Amino acid sequence: MSKGVAKSTAEPMGASRWLLRGHSAAVFAFFYAPIVVLCVFSFNDSNAVGNWNGFTLGWYREFLDNDNIQKSIWVSVKVCLFSTAIAVVLGTAGALALERFRWWGQKAFDAVLYLPIIIPDVTMAVMMLVFFSETASWFNWIPGINVQDGLEKLVFSHVAFNISFVSVVVRARLANLDASMEEAASDLYANRWQTFRRVTLPQIMPGVIGGALIAVTISLDDVVVSSFVSAVGGTPLSVYVFGMLRKGVSPLVNSVSVVMLAASMAFVVASLVISRATGSEREER
Amino acid sequence: MPVEAPLGDAPARESVSEGATEVATPGLERQAERAKARQGFLLGLPAMLYLFIFFVVPLGFVVAYSFATRTRSGRTELRDFNLDAYARLGDDIIMTVAWRSLWMATVTTVICLILAYPLAYFISTRTPAVRNMMLVGVMIPFWSNFLIRTYAWRVLLDSDGLVTQAFQALGLGDGRILFTSNAVILGLVYGYLPFMVLPLYAAIERIDWSLVEGARDLYASGWAAFRRVVWPLSRPGVVAGSMLVFVPSFGAYVTPAILGGNKEGLLGSYIVLQFLSARNGPVGSAVSVVVLAVMLISTLIYFRAGGKTL
Amino acid sequence: MSAMGKWMRIVAILGILGIVAAGCGGDDEEAAGDFKQCEAGETDGDLAFFNWSEYMDPDLITAFQDEYGVSVTEDFYPSNEEMFAKISPGGTGYDLIVPSDYMISILIEEELIQPVQAEAVPNRSNIAEKFADPPFDPGNAYTSPYQWGTTGIGVDLGVTGTDIPHTWGLLFDADIAEQYGLDGRISLLDDPRETMGAALKYLGYSLNSTSADEVAEAEAVIADAVSRVAAFDSDQYSELVVAGETIVGHGYSGNFLWDFEEGESEYTYFVPDEGGTVWVDGMAVLADAPHPCTAFAFTNFLLDAQNGAQLTNFNWYASPNGAAEEFIDQEVLDNPIIYPTAAAMERLEFIEDTGEFEIEYTDALTRARG
Repeated sequence: MSKGVAKSTAEPMGASRWLLRGHSAAVFAFFYAPIVVLCVFSFNDSNAVGNWNGFTLGWYREFLDNDNIQKSIWVSVKVCLFSTAIAVVLGTAGALALERFRWWGQKAFDAVLYLPIIIPDVTMAVMMLVFFSETASWFNWIPGINVQDGLEKLVFSHVAFNISFVSVVVRARLANLDASMEEAASDLYANRWQTFRRVTLPQIMPGVIGGALIAVTISLDDVVVSSFVSAVGGTPLSVYVFGMLRKGVSPLVNSVSVVMLAASMAFVVASLVISRATGSEREER
Repeated sequence: MPVEAPLGDAPARESVSEGATEVATPGLERQAERAKARQGFLLGLPAMLYLFIFFVVPLGFVVAYSFATRTRSGRTELRDFNLDAYARLGDDIIMTVAWRSLWMATVTTVICLILAYPLAYFISTRTPAVRNMMLVGVMIPFWSNFLIRTYAWRVLLDSDGLVTQAFQALGLGDGRILFTSNAVILGLVYGYLPFMVLPLYAAIERIDWSLVEGARDLYASGWAAFRRVVWPLSRPGVVAGSMLVFVPSFGAYVTPAILGGNKEGLLGSYIVLQFLSARNGPVGSAVSVVVLAVMLISTLIYFRAGGKTL
Repeated sequence: MSAMGKWMRIVAILGILGIVAAGCGGDDEEAAGDFKQCEAGETDGDLAFFNWSEYMDPDLITAFQDEYGVSVTEDFYPSNEEMFAKISPGGTGYDLIVPSDYMISILIEEELIQPVQAEAVPNRSNIAEKFADPPFDPGNAYTSPYQWGTTGIGVDLGVTGTDIPHTWGLLFDADIAEQYGLDGRISLLDDPRETMGAALKYLGYSLNSTSADEVAEAEAVIADAVSRVAAFDSDQYSELVVAGETIVGHGYSGNFLWDFEEGESEYTYFVPDEGGTVWVDGMAVLADAPHPCTAFAFTNFLLDAQNGAQLTNFNWYASPNGAAEEFIDQEVLDNPIIYPTAAAMERLEFIEDTGEFEIEYTDALTRARG
């Protein structure tokens, strides 16, 4: 693959060149314009959305004052942390099992692991709703778990789809790793656990972190599944906002939206920075 | 999946050390294999169990529900299994919704392709530094909250919204496209465009440009070079991107709910309607199963057509 | 094996597993009549309250929390059907719901709500005689009335002018839509009984019709109107009119009145001449409510004369609480939208449970929406 110089011949000449540039600029504008508008209007001192009436931080103050919103943020954070932690552990273990070992049933597991990624979220939501309504009584026997009015259903559902995402990322990382380090470790009489802890884990850490960040993003983002399985008073922010959105446009929704958007963008940037930092560390080695 | 040398000695791969000990201790080798296989199995067991309980079984329930009976008050009872729900799938209403979903998903995919291809091409012709910046620029919306990005259009398309005002100012009619299928398509395109750009970029970036140079050396015009060389080589990216856009658009629920006015829904909206409003668990489940089957089949076709992992 | 074969296997296993698991599950039976007994004012934990949106005065919630030392969690639903879908699987953790008349009959039959315990709710004596023995819940055995009102049309007179026909045709008729420029500016309730009922009344039939032909005609009316409808909405029908998104909206009396105050134009609400719905919502305690005593205490609290009046003064729906009348604002009592005249009441029907036919309404609306 030749890059750099050869590529410049790939760029069209003449009119097409400017068309291409213009088009790209337009698409980027398309990507960001609505977001910018949303941000701008969240500072709009008016009940209607569309006519600029002066700058105000009032809507953000209302966002902070609104108990229901604050409660749902707390729910989202708790669910996200628990489900990411569990998903990362299970997903990494699963990824290792698939990439580094050979065992019976591996292909089936591989196939099932892909399902949560491609399944439409409505189907997943329906599945979890039906499942929990039919089996709630069984789960309640486990001490400490109260499926009725707790965050358990949310956590269980989020882990279910996040395991796959985490394992895909970790597997990609594992696949690109040079296994000779691990072979060297075992040649030096390290047992499997030591090899894992000292050699494999540090190497896949960027993948694990990447997977964790993806899990966090997906968990915070999820609307449909969460709205079907949330219990009394355990409404995550995305579901609460979805309810607000369906009631129509309002500047309060705008300020909540901007906060949510800023948070998810921060995560993206963080994950990119981390992967770049750890990636470049490896290249230097 | 690429096969890498597993930790330690691998029975499946020949390595120098193994060749030396193979004949000496075959029994021990097999024991070691089995121990390793067991370890692998145990390592994967928690995840497998979890997915079994919280994914496979729920899916099984939904499949069971699709054969279940619906009581007169709208509850689903798992008895007297029947094919009523599947028979209902032939109803006009479901056919209408299905065709509409198919149509909208296709239109969305085509529009995304038209918008994304030049952009992906442009990005791949930049210098690495600029390229990375632009990719980050595409990835940020890609990972940002989908719900909010869709809502942003609701704001713009509202009757006081900027887009509506702009339309009116430009004299293009009253510009009210909110609550129409055009608004939904707009929302879907906006939501899933990054999903098309990234795979396209990945495919275009991999193209061996010396082929293009060669074509031009042979007096091919820019357009001919594109049509004959670049486009065919970028096809895996086109297929991957199209799948990533088509599949979620087909089962969309959030976008029609926010931009579509709750009528003339897509399959996703229809499924939710069946469960929440129409109280018809069996039909809702049957449609869910069908949608999932469509997804699975498309994914299989994709893999058959030589696609690598998404 | 081939990929297809692998998938077929998986699907088959799933199906079998599901049916087997399902056969073993679902074992929650309540011993009938075995409900926890409560005394007046007794509470047993925090209240989980499932109500229609914008229907409860937040000040009343705060007052209840302060008086009884418990906290109240509110969740909301936009229609009876959605509420039913959420609570019918059981084990949802909700204590108190506010279903409408016909839904109460269904809930009683499905044994999803428990009988009211008279000792725990002494304020039941405040209930006006008219509402003491409703057909959907004889003797108020299971519910206590909450509010009552009508369903009709809210109109932005600033756009249409004051001379409009008082007919459901404003929602359904193509000619009227053309005349007043209503195309794409109409909203209908996302509610099978209400919306189908409106169409049935428009055609001159009873909104409790059990005739498949009549319902089919109503379905056709709605299907024809869908192209002119902006949205099916049970949540923001009034906000849409006030915001100018729609010109006519199908919705409930109190919400319209409330939101009209915010608007800048001239608005009106009326029940069309063909007739419409009068409804009563009642408070019901779920059969598997985790905190029934708190729920009964709350019911009692709301049936108090002053609290009942405060509720009406807040949400501008009519109160079934006889003792509350003296505390309700005079202007509310005099408002014919909130308290229709006797003549107006003649045209109104209660929605009734149509038994086996009930699900037809839901299916018809689903088909009509397209």
